[in-house]
Amino acid sequence: MYKKIICAGFGGQGIMVMGKLLARAAMDEKKEVVWMPSYGAEVRGGTAHSKVVISDTQIASGLFLKPDDCIIMNRPSFLKFENLVAKGGTVIINSSLINDELKREDVKVIRIPATETAGELGNSKVANMVALGAYQGVSGLVSLNSLCDALKLVLPLHRHGLIDINIQALKKGAELVNECSS
Amino acid sequence: MSDKDKKVLITGNEVIAEAAIRAGCRFYAGYPITPQNELTAYMSRHMPEAGGVFIQAESELAAISMVFGAACVGERALTSSSSPGISLKQEGISYLAGCRLPAVIVNMSRGGPGLGNIAPGQADYFQSTRGGGHGDYRTIVLAPNCGQEFFDLTRLAFDLADEYRMPVLILGDGVLGQMAEPVKLKPGIKYEPAHQKKEWALTGNKTGKPKIIRSLYLGQGVLEKHNLELKKLYDKIEQEDVRSESFYVDDSEVVLVAFGISSRICKKVMQEARKEGVKVGMIRPITLWPYPYEIISRAAAKKVKFLVVEMNMGQMIEDVKLAVGGKAEVHFYGRTGGEMPQEKDIMEKIKQVIK
Repeated sequence: MYKKIICAGFGGQGIMVMGKLLARAAMDEKKEVVWMPSYGAEVRGGTAHSKVVISDTQIASGLFLKPDDCIIMNRPSFLKFENLVAKGGTVIINSSLINDELKREDVKVIRIPATETAGELGNSKVANMVALGAYQGVSGLVSLNSLCDALKLVLPLHRHGLIDINIQALKKGAELVNECSS
Repeated sequence: MSDKDKKVLITGNEVIAEAAIRAGCRFYAGYPITPQNELTAYMSRHMPEAGGVFIQAESELAAISMVFGAACVGERALTSSSSPGISLKQEGISYLAGCRLPAVIVNMSRGGPGLGNIAPGQADYFQSTRGGGHGDYRTIVLAPNCGQEFFDLTRLAFDLADEYRMPVLILGDGVLGQMAEPVKLKPGIKYEPAHQKKEWALTGNKTGKPKIIRSLYLGQGVLEKHNLELKKLYDKIEQEDVRSESFYVDDSEVVLVAFGISSRICKKVMQEARKEGVKVGMIRPITLWPYPYEIISRAAAKKVKFLVVEMNMGQMIEDVKLAVGGKAEVHFYGRTGGEMPQEKDIMEKIKQVIK
């Protein structure tokens, strides 16, 4: 297994944390991982993405241009990455902020109202975790437990009060996917 | 940190900071610049926790001068920056070298010249390996290529700096600095106050014999004598502290030569090429000064062709050519201005070289 994933959105949506949580969970499941952030000079409001590679064997450079799977949280990122995702890949789309349809037959598209769902849970900032939970549900790349356990390692101490709502959001995202596919 | 022996997922920038603290470094001064800010940020939180001093200086020059001061009193001291900031620090680095003071300087290099951009680059090779500032001097240059090596070589950098009493440079790039990988954090050494082990350090004169740290040597022949002593030191380092890694050099038609992040891309290319039956090997210098001339020279005698891959317009290739001494073909593939070499392009170049 050698999986390249991009999490994309705008600065402030927790795009870095999303990728790092996925990488950390995979690492705890004894996988090789690399996490790579990408953002411009502006941190909040600008486009941002993080890249994650998860592999059974040693990762050479960890650098790539085309992801296998993509989690897309806003429209500018959708326009940037919609055509880059590899054939046969999975695309999670935050339908709360992206109305566009992905006009490709060769990828699996999952539309999740991540921002709305997060709002219903009581904190729209956990939209990233709803989307990541959905990706977990559809890919099974790491277990939901590993993601939940990794939160305390990835979030800084002063954010540990938010672990519960992040766990709820991850679980809700996974549930939404199961509802979509059943 | 409680997770002493477990692996952590940590960026290159952060792991250098953690490794420095564990190596007994208790003084850090820096000035913000992308792509090395995570190092300064990590230090701002963790250095005070370790009982050390963290200073966000008013400029790069101030930061290196503060490091100079800390080195004078024998403390293990660190500063870090990225390309334009490292240029500003050169005056201080030259003074450290002249005064025989140990210190560690980190350069997470980016695109240049001038302000360039904030993307990864390897265009500071000349500056790093030829002293960098004014005068007849060298700095040891360590070029790690992964998180674990950042940890291990940071410890080594402090040890070498103390052993030889000279500045040591760790040369990374924007990708290696910002990328997070699993790293095993090894236990730290016990911090010892400098006056217990560095007899030259200016920690108060208890013997009556003056201790002088200076780089100004006036008078006929005095500076030359100092320069020749430095030369003797550099010769010894060239004999004893060359580090490199080689793959399949004895069974190759083309040998890639690359350091840092480029070497990781090249390693992948090498593996893929060998699967296709193309005999590709690799030499990765880990110390850029002293340079592994001998390893390359030995490979040159075996009729291989060299392909040097760098993220600049061709800098390390000059050292490869020096080592080869005209005995083998030396080719070059590079991307510059913050761009990364792609695997397929390197592969394409290998095929051209073989023809």
